[in-house]
Amino acid sequence: MLIKRSDDLTDNDVTDYALYQRRRDFLKTLGGIALLGASGLPLMAQAKSAFSTDEEQTPFEDITTYNNFYEFGTDKGDPARYASSLKTTPWSVTVDGECEKPGKLNLEDLLKPHSTEERIYRLRCVEGWSMVIPWQGFPLADLLKRFNPTANAKYVRFETLVDPDQLPGQKRSVLDWPYTEGLRMDEAMHPLSFMATGLYGKDLLNQNGAPLRLVVPWKYGFKSIKSIVRISFVAEQPDTSWGRSAPEEYGFYSNVNPDVDHPRWSQRKERRIGEFRKRETLPFNGYAEQVASLYSGMDLRKNF
Amino acid sequence: MNLRVNIREPYFTKVFKPAVFVLALLPLALLGWGVWQDTLGANPIETITRSLGEWGLRFLLLTLLISTLRRATGWGQGVRMRRMLGLFAFFYGTLHLLSYLWLDQFFDWAEIWHDIVKRPFITMGMLAFVLMMPLALTSFKAAIRKLGRQWQRLHTLIYPLTMLVVLHFWWLADSKARTVMPLVYIVLLALLLGERLFHWLRSLNKTPASRRSRSLPAGYAASRVIAQRRP
Repeated sequence: MLIKRSDDLTDNDVTDYALYQRRRDFLKTLGGIALLGASGLPLMAQAKSAFSTDEEQTPFEDITTYNNFYEFGTDKGDPARYASSLKTTPWSVTVDGECEKPGKLNLEDLLKPHSTEERIYRLRCVEGWSMVIPWQGFPLADLLKRFNPTANAKYVRFETLVDPDQLPGQKRSVLDWPYTEGLRMDEAMHPLSFMATGLYGKDLLNQNGAPLRLVVPWKYGFKSIKSIVRISFVAEQPDTSWGRSAPEEYGFYSNVNPDVDHPRWSQRKERRIGEFRKRETLPFNGYAEQVASLYSGMDLRKNF
Repeated sequence: MNLRVNIREPYFTKVFKPAVFVLALLPLALLGWGVWQDTLGANPIETITRSLGEWGLRFLLLTLLISTLRRATGWGQGVRMRRMLGLFAFFYGTLHLLSYLWLDQFFDWAEIWHDIVKRPFITMGMLAFVLMMPLALTSFKAAIRKLGRQWQRLHTLIYPLTMLVVLHFWWLADSKARTVMPLVYIVLLALLLGERLFHWLRSLNKTPASRRSRSLPAGYAASRVIAQRRP
C-alpha cells in the first residue's frame, strides 16, 4: 500500500526549533501542575520565560523595604517610608529624539499594546548586595520599536520624574536631578532589557520605581532607572546622574564585573539578601552567555 | 558650678554603677532579640555591624564626657565608672570588628586585606582598633600602678582614636549620600575636645607653672585614686 504524502504541509508546520528545545519544559510544567494540583495551590497562569532564573526568590518584604531610591532619601528604609507622596496616576511618558514617531503618551496608551510576562532576574547592586526578583513587564525592545528609531539613534536616554513635592529627596542636591541613565542601542534592544510594571504579580510599589522602570540585569542596579517620564533616542552617549557625580567611580557601561573593582571597594563578592555567607559575583551578573558578545573587542577595564 | 549631685554610698557602688553596667549591655541584648525575632530588616548583618560600631563610638564619647561633666557640674563620681565605660567602648568595638571579619567577610583574609588598603574608612577603623587595644589591656589595677605617669600618657590615645572613629563613620557613606548622624558625632566630639581646650587655656592663666601639667585634662589618674582624694 502506498502512503500518500500530504502536500499541504510546509516548513512552517514543523515545530519551531526554539519551541522544540523547550519540549521538556512542557513536561516539567505538567509535572509542576500535577504537584501544584496535589498541594492545592492556585496555578500561576504565566509561562516561565527562558531568561528567568530558578534561584530562590528574595522575599517581597525585603524587595520593598531595602531600596536605593535617593529621590526619597539616602537611607535604605527611606523609599518605603516616604514613597506614598509619589502620585503615579495620571502618568505620562515623553518619547523624543531620533525617531519617526515621537510623542507624549499617557501610561495606559504606552502599556496597551504590550502583554506582560514574568522575568525572574538577579539584581546586583554596586554596593555589594543582590536579590532575585520576579518582575512583570515586557521587553524594552518591543516598546522602543513602536517609535521607529532612525539610523541616528545610537543610544537611549532615560529620565526620572522631577518634583520635590512628590520626591522629597530631591530637595537636597544629593544627585544632579533629574536622575538620568542611558543604554547603547544594541543594549537597549537586547531581549534581556526589560520594562517592569510589577513584581511578585502586583503593580510596582512606588519605592520600586512605579509605575514604569527599567531592568537591565547584567548591569549594576543603578542603571535600572525608576519612575521613568522620558525616553529619548540620541546620537551621542548620554550623561548619567552617577557618572556626573563621580565619573571615576561610575562608568557609562557599569556592567557587573568581579574583576573591576569600584575605586573604593572590591566587587568580587556579594551578599545575596537573606543569605548568611557572601557569594562570588559572576561576570555580567551571570548573564555573560547572553550579553558578553555585545562587548567583544572592548576593554572592559577602560569601559567600566 | 557645683551641683552637689553625688549619690550616697553604698548606693553608688551597689546600685548605680551595676545599673549602668546592665544598661550598657542592653544594646547587645536588643540586637540578639532582633536576630531571634528577625526584625533587623533585609540585611541584618549590615544592621548588626553598624549598630555595634555606633555603640562603640557612643561609649567612647560617654567616656570622654565624664571629666567634662565633673568640671561642668562638680559631679565627680562618674570618674569611678569611666574605666567601665571605656571597656564597654572596647567591647562594642571588638564585636563590631568581629562582625565585620566573621559575618561580613567570613574570614576571607585576602579580601579583608584588600578592603583595609582600598577603603580609607576601613583603614581608619582598623587603626582606631589597634590604638584601643593597649588602652584596654592596661585597664587593670596592677598595670595602672606599674605604669604610673606613663599610664596617663598612654591613655591620651583616646583622643586620636576617637577622632579616627568619627572619620571612619564619616567616610563610610558616599560624600553625597551622607546622613546626618556622622556629623552629629563629629560635633559632639568637637564640643568635648573644645571644652578641654578651653579648660586647659583657663588653667594656664590661673595656676602656677608647677601645677600646669597636672591640670591637663588628658588621662586622669586611675579612678580610685581621684575618688579617694576627693572629700
